Amino acid sequence: MWAREWRPLVVIVAVFLLCFYLPVDWLRGSAGLPGAVWEGLYLVRWYAQEHVILCLVPAFFIAGAISVFVSQASVLKYLGAGAKKVVAYGVASVSGTLLAVCSCTVLPLFAGIYGMGAGLGPASAFLYAGPAINVLAIIFTARVLGLELGVARAVGAIVFSVVIGLFMHFIFRKEELEKARIQARLPEPEVKRPLWQNALFFASLVGVLVFANWGEPARETGLWYAIYSSKWLITSVVALALAVILVRWFDLGLWKVGTVVVPTALAALLLPSEPLVAFAVAVLGLSVITSTRGGEPGDWFAESWKFAKQILPLLLVGVLIAGLLLGRPGEEGLIPSGWVSGAVGGNSLLANLFASIAGAFMYFATLTEVPILQGLIGNGMGAGPALALLLAGPALSLPNMLVIRSVIGTRKTVVYVALVVVMSTVAGLIYGAMSR
Amino acid sequence: MRIIQILGKGCPSCEKLAENAEVAARELGIEYQLEKVTDLKQIMAHGVMLTPGLVVDGEVKSVGKVLSSDEIKELLH
Repeated sequence: MWAREWRPLVVIVAVFLLCFYLPVDWLRGSAGLPGAVWEGLYLVRWYAQEHVILCLVPAFFIAGAISVFVSQASVLKYLGAGAKKVVAYGVASVSGTLLAVCSCTVLPLFAGIYGMGAGLGPASAFLYAGPAINVLAIIFTARVLGLELGVARAVGAIVFSVVIGLFMHFIFRKEELEKARIQARLPEPEVKRPLWQNALFFASLVGVLVFANWGEPARETGLWYAIYSSKWLITSVVALALAVILVRWFDLGLWKVGTVVVPTALAALLLPSEPLVAFAVAVLGLSVITSTRGGEPGDWFAESWKFAKQILPLLLVGVLIAGLLLGRPGEEGLIPSGWVSGAVGGNSLLANLFASIAGAFMYFATLTEVPILQGLIGNGMGAGPALALLLAGPALSLPNMLVIRSVIGTRKTVVYVALVVVMSTVAGLIYGAMSR
Repeated sequence: MRIIQILGKGCPSCEKLAENAEVAARELGIEYQLEKVTDLKQIMAHGVMLTPGLVVDGEVKSVGKVLSSDEIKELLH
């Protein structure tokens, strides 16, 4: 694959290194540009240094692994025409993490569940939950905006989707649509290894991500701090477990995995104060040994690379714009802080409603909601409106409302959008009151 | 004349599949017509939920997968 892919790879790595080592202070002294430009550049450098290697890269590998190793057909079985309703709602609300790693797959699945499967209720539940709880978004929210908001986003999205689905079913129960005669075509699920082996594989991937990003707790005692102080030791142990799994169950040869483990260990021992170096060596090694192999490991890398290629450029632009308009936390960009705190500060009904409506109509490219929200919070946005925007934002946008309308008609679309906006507002009010 | 249809809303995987299908058909040297179906209703009419889907002469050959050009050649035979 590298014959064709080396160009984008070189560009991405070069841009990343440029951002990582960007000499903003030096540039600032030599050119007279408005302050907001520097804010954008500072923010880009901060993202490159803090969030790419430890958080985004492992998250890409996890998203890639989900799309290769989780059989989508076996999930869709529970959303088919004959599925039990209770099961269908449950599966629809959480399966977004597994099915909708790419937002462009959400709408066909929605139309399919509506027309050929479990009906309007579960379809609406899926439509809402799909984009809202995709793994990349949740991981990234928790990392940048804090664990609390990340968890609130995930839990809120799951609860919302079920409630919205039930409402949609209830409101339109009289016109449950004449079931299309078409039989849904699903690929045969392929079983390559037992479920528990896959589960352990995912657990080790998630383990590396979680422990490598373990934040410093406020107090220097207790379990959280104990984990924090030995986080690199724990990360190494989990990573070794991953290496063993790759050798035993994924047919990556022992010597190949060894050529990754040994340099990583060397980097860790020689530069104990720079864990990023060891981490980067491990990621590079894993990329080389998986991409040069066909079959599952090759597919795994190809999918992960696809996510990286698709998302990183958009995120770079998103971060630049967020920095330009809103500045870093504590600084001001082009938009005066007063406007932001006036519109969405505090936790009033109006602030929450405004955040919900703005979020519902605005289009956020994957993950860009995070830097934008970070900028808004830095300028005085309240916790409640922040959650309201996160709950209404990625799930809806003007373009996708139009597509939804072509599938379920104007009336149902209006009701769906209204439900999302109202519920996001209410959730914002509750969260804002709780976190005070 | 073979009619090859790619079902999907224009995401990167759909483009990839269309590209592979084109290569396969050209290498086999057959007469073909390639069509990208992006309208959701038409995609549903084929019973496809997982995109991209590959349809040859009106028959759904694969769903939710990006087949390689070699795999598509097999299907076109």
